[in-house]
Amino acid sequence: MAGVKFEQAMARLEAIVGELEKGDLPLDESLKIFEEGIRLSKNCLRVLEEAERKVEVLVQDKNGKKQLRAFTSDDIDVPESAEDS
Amino acid sequence: MVRLSLETDFAEVWLEGEISNLRAPVSGHLYCTLKDQTSQVRAVIFRSAAVRLRFGLEEGLHVVVRGRLSVYEPRGEYQVILDHLEPKGRGALQLAFEQLKRRLEAEGLFDREGKQSLPAFPRTVGIVTSPTGAAVRDLITVLHRRCPILNIIIAPVQVQGAGSAEQITAAIQALNRLGVVDVMIIGRGGGSLEDLWSFNEEAVVRAIAASQVPIVSAVGHETDVTLADFAADVRAPTPSAAAEMVAPVLTETAERLGMLTARCRQAMTSRCMEQHQRRDLLLAHMGSIRFRVLKEAQRVDGAVTGMREAVRARLRQAIVNAQTWTQALMSRSPVFQVRRDLVIVPQLRSRLVAAVNHGLKRKAEHTRAYLGRFNGLSPLAILERGYGILETMPGRQIIRNAGQVSVGEEILARLARGQIRCAVEEVKLDPSD
Repeated sequence: MAGVKFEQAMARLEAIVGELEKGDLPLDESLKIFEEGIRLSKNCLRVLEEAERKVEVLVQDKNGKKQLRAFTSDDIDVPESAEDS
Repeated sequence: MVRLSLETDFAEVWLEGEISNLRAPVSGHLYCTLKDQTSQVRAVIFRSAAVRLRFGLEEGLHVVVRGRLSVYEPRGEYQVILDHLEPKGRGALQLAFEQLKRRLEAEGLFDREGKQSLPAFPRTVGIVTSPTGAAVRDLITVLHRRCPILNIIIAPVQVQGAGSAEQITAAIQALNRLGVVDVMIIGRGGGSLEDLWSFNEEAVVRAIAASQVPIVSAVGHETDVTLADFAADVRAPTPSAAAEMVAPVLTETAERLGMLTARCRQAMTSRCMEQHQRRDLLLAHMGSIRFRVLKEAQRVDGAVTGMREAVRARLRQAIVNAQTWTQALMSRSPVFQVRRDLVIVPQLRSRLVAAVNHGLKRKAEHTRAYLGRFNGLSPLAILERGYGILETMPGRQIIRNAGQVSVGEEILARLARGQIRCAVEEVKLDPSD
């Protein structure tokens, strides 16, 4: 779950900023978490820039196994039935 | 006869009343008594009719029923055989909804404690809905408008009709098993209570409550409430609203990341500046500390001097006191007495000696006077006057008579000072002798 990792990284970055802004930590400790913060920031930015934007459909094959396949416009291009208003 | 007559004459009766004495034996038939304020009648619902009931029968439930009259011959009692029951004042579905809601609520399925919070930055969103409705298009559109980088997995299901509840349940479980889905939206567009019924099915509600992946429900319009909404972690009024809740706005996320990064750098920079300032401050502080230490040292010195002075003064005083006391003591001391006595004793002694000497001197003078007087009588005194004593030798007889000696003999003349040995040359005797 990449989303959870991204979220944790952001939360940690937020905590680091809070800690640095409070300024209670000794300088070397501050420097350590600052470096961690910059590392997290770079990683998060990479996640935002490299994301794929996939749309897939979970379908059942002939053997009843669920599989993912790319979503095409055909999947929703079916004329609207009465059951979905 | 009676039965036939009743069954033909009363092939369809409508009754209204309260259910009491409800019994549900294993046979699957249901037995009860229908009553109102004034009358009552026995009723039976055979299994074939009982399984078609959407809601559960309860004691005291006010129902409108349709049935036919018959006779229970073993007891000779007449009864109504019911084939349709409807809760009075509300639909059967409504009642079923309320009954299931109450049951699952009592089980804790809807408890707030069981709710999961939605991830702030999902990467993959699962959608359980009909692939043919407007809902799915709305969802994809809104999700990607807000967050163009989201991955979406659609689990297409029938959302109403036979088998729809099973499909929805299976899809929720399948998306959970994929392990990549961060959050799930399940829903459909609006419809009647009948249309939305799948989302009130117990299996669907339980699957939602059991899901490890957080679920946003978006069933129907805002006014439509399903049990799925109660079981979901978050209820959205519409599918579009669900998409908005689930997808963060990418630009906002990027902006937030940028802000956090900037704040991180800013905080570190000011932390360093502050460190410099603190060092300067510390130096200044150290200076002041040194000053204070010096001052303190001075004070200590002063105190020590003062103390020394005080001690000395005390000591001096003590010495003076000691001297005073010693003197006082000494004046009463036997030593002092003795010392005084030591002074007096020699005085006395010398006085004594003087006295004795004086006495002795007088005595001596007396004695001397006596001796003087005696000296005239002493042969020595006579000798002093020039006389000598002659003595025979060696007999040392005082010679008073010349006859005592013969010529040739030696005699000794004793003078006042010294002796002379003399030889007798002549002896002249006195005529008288």
